[in-house]
Amino acid sequence: MALVLTEEQSMLRDSARGLISDKAPVSHLRHLRDSKDPIGFSREFWHSFAEMGFAGLLVPEEFGGSGLGYVEAGVVMEEIGRTLMPSPFLATSVVAASALNRGGNAAQKSEYLPKIASGSLLATLAVDEGAKHRPLQTSLQAVRAGNGFKLSGAKALVVDGHVADLVIVAARTAGSAGERDGLTLFLVNPKAKGVAIERTIMVDAHNAARIELANVEVNADSVLGEVDQGAALLDGVLDIGRGAVAAEMVGLSEEVFNRTVEYLKNRKQFGKLIGEFQALQHRAAELYVDIEITRAATMKALQALDADVTKAASSIAVAKARAGTTATRAVQEGVQMHGGMGMTDQFDIGFFMKRARVCEELFGDANYHTEQLARARGY
Amino acid sequence: MSESKTSETETADLETFRNETRAWLEANCPPEMRKPAISDADVFWGGRNAKFSSEPQRIWFERMRDKGWTVPDWPKEYGGGRLSAAEHKVLRAEMGRIGARPPLSSFGIWMLGPALLKYGNDAQKKEHLPKIAAGEIRWCQGYSEPNAGSDLASLQTRAESDGDDFIITGQKIWTSYANYADWIFCLVRTDPAAKKHDGISFILFDMTSKGVSTKPILLISGYSPFCETFFDGVRVPKSHVVGTVNRGWDVAKYLLQHERAMISGMGERGVGRPLGQIAADSVGTDTLGRLDDAMLRGKIASFDVDEAALAACAERAVDLAKAGQAHPAFSSAMKYYGTELNKRRYEILMSAGGVDALEWESERSRHGARPRAWLRTKANSIEGGTTEVMLGIVAKRILDLPGA
Repeated sequence: MALVLTEEQSMLRDSARGLISDKAPVSHLRHLRDSKDPIGFSREFWHSFAEMGFAGLLVPEEFGGSGLGYVEAGVVMEEIGRTLMPSPFLATSVVAASALNRGGNAAQKSEYLPKIASGSLLATLAVDEGAKHRPLQTSLQAVRAGNGFKLSGAKALVVDGHVADLVIVAARTAGSAGERDGLTLFLVNPKAKGVAIERTIMVDAHNAARIELANVEVNADSVLGEVDQGAALLDGVLDIGRGAVAAEMVGLSEEVFNRTVEYLKNRKQFGKLIGEFQALQHRAAELYVDIEITRAATMKALQALDADVTKAASSIAVAKARAGTTATRAVQEGVQMHGGMGMTDQFDIGFFMKRARVCEELFGDANYHTEQLARARGY
Repeated sequence: MSESKTSETETADLETFRNETRAWLEANCPPEMRKPAISDADVFWGGRNAKFSSEPQRIWFERMRDKGWTVPDWPKEYGGGRLSAAEHKVLRAEMGRIGARPPLSSFGIWMLGPALLKYGNDAQKKEHLPKIAAGEIRWCQGYSEPNAGSDLASLQTRAESDGDDFIITGQKIWTSYANYADWIFCLVRTDPAAKKHDGISFILFDMTSKGVSTKPILLISGYSPFCETFFDGVRVPKSHVVGTVNRGWDVAKYLLQHERAMISGMGERGVGRPLGQIAADSVGTDTLGRLDDAMLRGKIASFDVDEAALAACAERAVDLAKAGQAHPAFSSAMKYYGTELNKRRYEILMSAGGVDALEWESERSRHGARPRAWLRTKANSIEGGTTEVMLGIVAKRILDLPGA
């Protein structure tokens, strides 16, 4: 598989770019933030997104979706990254749709996937509990009760958790924190008794929530995949999410870089364009190379997911680690090279820095994924 | 619809090619040739005086040569294998899968060949390309001069017209393996009055010509891979100029792109055991079986991330070129990153090796193989255009920054 977009993928990119840059430029995010929008994204835009087939991009055709792959999902995420559009696409259309499609039984799939594809159901995955992403440390308890389970515990950084109609909760049905065995995924109705949701306003003005479950009763049909054997399903779903976030970070990095290079070509000091200074030229060139390498690694990882999700872990670790360090470098250089302007709220560059910080934590930061690669290589 | 059908057929053909290639390599690549090259003797460079260091090396070279796979994507008439871009990629992947060594290493393949294919006339292609493919002639590159390093276009070696010949006088430096080479491709000044980029020609001549001499340069590694090369009135027919007289800079630049792509790929990517395990052999492991030096382990892991990412980028660069979407200056980006990464690799290897990596002469240390290789890598970011020159090219030609 060549590491370039096919003609169809290029067309998808063009249509996503056209729609997003037209209807949801960075000013869209700014407006949502400044107006303290009660949900933090535009439902109206989400519906037009769904009408164009994006909401069901990964949903198989038999359930009303487009049946496309992870490279295509990455193409859309990259465009989202360029304008920082807050959108349910990541949590609902990529992560939750993949969890249901990969782990769901026939009844679960036919209940939820068509609604995701039509844009009428928002869903999310709740994994993290502590300050850092450590999926195996899951300790939210699910104890058997009658025909089902009772769930108790707390989750953090649940993307779109404040608006989700369905929350996929990683819980521990056996064993103890740190063990692979004993993890189970549950489909939880956020309106169920005992579920408390607190919307968390984040540094990046995107959407997330903390969720507490206190003896929440779910029946046996709510289990997604197999009881106690959820780790493999979770690994795959998380890797899909990581690939998508890496693609968002590539788009974000490239956009912030393009804006910075434009600034170097227009800003004058000491009677010169600052882009004439070799100190800045070389830093810009290094950053360009970093972004190109990260773009290739991300594309490779998304192709690996399309080939076989269960064999993509190392490629994903490389891509997410690279995306984290590259985006961090891109936004830092972006602010620095914009000088005092880069520090103002009025200027957009700060939004990129804030979003990059959240993307870095989402589904594991560069340190986490670098560590995963070291373990995979046995040292 | 017909398009997708075509691509399905192509995919099926490619799978057939993959299976055939895999079977052929299994049957024809000697087991000894499936291990990474450790010393220079493991690399076959060809040439008039070439000797095989082992029987498997000879067998492997001859089988690949006969198949046209020393230069898989060259035309058949020049000894190539006429593989498509996709097939060539499959061949590389299949060779990588079993760790097969390149059968022939050659500046003729990596550098001169592509330039001849683009700029050479028919006679030059017929004369030189088949001998490159068959490893009969070993080439060296006469580019740098004592006063023309990063500023290569200021070179002063002059070629004066004398009837049908040029008379070449001057000095080159950092000529890789000039003392082993049969022929040289060389930049000479044919018009001293023109602006510096405009008076240069690209010319080929035999290193046994009267007036050519070489002197190896001893490097900090203790080895002498480079020479000073002297031309004292060397007579070369004008028909040996590649491309147009005084337009040699175009050929030189084109060739440099291939050279940079080659150097950026020189690191030992993905070959053999993971770097972290090599380090663990000497450093030791903790109770969890992890490398017992947390800082070094972190550096190695970061290196592995960057190395894997660069491999993807190298693969993408090839794919972009085949798709006609590559920026011509992108090889400078790859050259910069690949060489800096290889230097990082050897800093890690030296740190991991500790005291053992300091021995310079013992049998135990294979005559100081590691410290010598470490020192050799320091030239990576100087030869073929320094890191600073590469970044300048990216800034100017790709980013279009002012005044660069």
